[in-house]
Amino acid sequence: MHKPRKLEVMKRIGLKIAILAIVASTVPAWAGDGESASVRNCTWCHGTSGQGYMVAPRLAGQRSQYIESQLRSYREHTRDNPFSKQYMWGAVAALGPHAGRDLAIYFATIAPKAANDGDKDLAARGRAIYLDGIPEANIVSCYACHGPNAEGVRDIPRLGGLAYFYLKGRLEQWGQGYHSGVESPMPLAASHLGPDEIEALASYLSFVR
Amino acid sequence: MKVITLRLTLSAAMLAVAFCTAGRAEDRGVPARQGLKAKLEYCKTCHGLSGQGYLGYFPMPRLAGQQPEYIEAQLRAFIERRRTNPIMFNVAHVLSPTMLTALATHFRNLDPKPFGGAPRGSIATGKRIYEEGLPESNVPACAACHGTEGKGQNEIPRLAGQVYAYTVGQLTGWKKERGQGSAVDTSAIMAPTAHNLTRSQVEAVAAYVSYLQ
Repeated sequence: MHKPRKLEVMKRIGLKIAILAIVASTVPAWAGDGESASVRNCTWCHGTSGQGYMVAPRLAGQRSQYIESQLRSYREHTRDNPFSKQYMWGAVAALGPHAGRDLAIYFATIAPKAANDGDKDLAARGRAIYLDGIPEANIVSCYACHGPNAEGVRDIPRLGGLAYFYLKGRLEQWGQGYHSGVESPMPLAASHLGPDEIEALASYLSFVR
Repeated sequence: MKVITLRLTLSAAMLAVAFCTAGRAEDRGVPARQGLKAKLEYCKTCHGLSGQGYLGYFPMPRLAGQQPEYIEAQLRAFIERRRTNPIMFNVAHVLSPTMLTALATHFRNLDPKPFGGAPRGSIATGKRIYEEGLPESNVPACAACHGTEGKGQNEIPRLAGQVYAYTVGQLTGWKKERGQGSAVDTSAIMAPTAHNLTRSQVEAVAAYVSYLQ
């Protein structure tokens, strides 16, 4: 059940990337009518109303300070996971801090919808790890930083309702040595998570609204 | 038949004794190096990578340079639920006494710069309250117990460099978090002082100590 699903997703991602590559080269042609065009440049990948699409995470309802800090980390090349490198480094190259802040505030005010695409059977275990961590295994509580409802605060991101594959991918990438912002505790926090814990957390969080 | 049963019981008893001593060996000595390293990383994930404190959804206090007696006392208070904090109960209740001591000793020797970020407008007021108290409101000088440099002593905590939002939260919510249950608790010493400080006085003192190095 799991393997074919993954394969299917990989195929769809491949197709999407091909389309993106074609479209990216044509974007400047119709960009140009102020903010709405720059919003459209985001939603092309990040989905209608910024609700996320495939590997591009939901921006709707995300903390504006977090969006801003990530835009900065793309510009400074500190966030270096493959998709960030491939798409976001280029996407923000021409985006000034002012325009970045406007976009961040715009997307933060849109109400988020939960992805609901995790494994329901793992949600209860994921919730337990989210709230309490596993002290015996040195796995910290996510709740201490991301909040009781995974809503995030300041530049700490909302996790509630993000897509399962995005959450899983991010948690795995820290363990693989990729970086995010400077001085983020996440590489350390994620380094003790095993595959089972990551799947449980990503499943639980995908249902949180 | 009886002999076999007796032998089984005896060996089971010996095993039990052996396991007990194996468990205690760790408590008597020093925790395994790998174990301590992993646990320290675990603490620092939330309390700052150099123990300088951190602002998550909740403020995480600075542990760097903290008095070991204070850290140990608070971890015990979390375990015994005299100090209520669901996250720290989970964290603390799995720590062996040896590990607890080793962690407290480690943090004492860290000396990063203060976390910073406190509003600077009322630092002068904070300094006056810290050094002279507020006699008209029955608030003694903080320096009398916490030291003029805010380093604390024994079970009296270091305040120097403490995260502003944490100090504000503690002083405004003292009786809701500390000294719970019927057991005697040293936190009672602070209760009247915390009660007698107004919100803006708390903020002034918290801002002042947050910048002490």
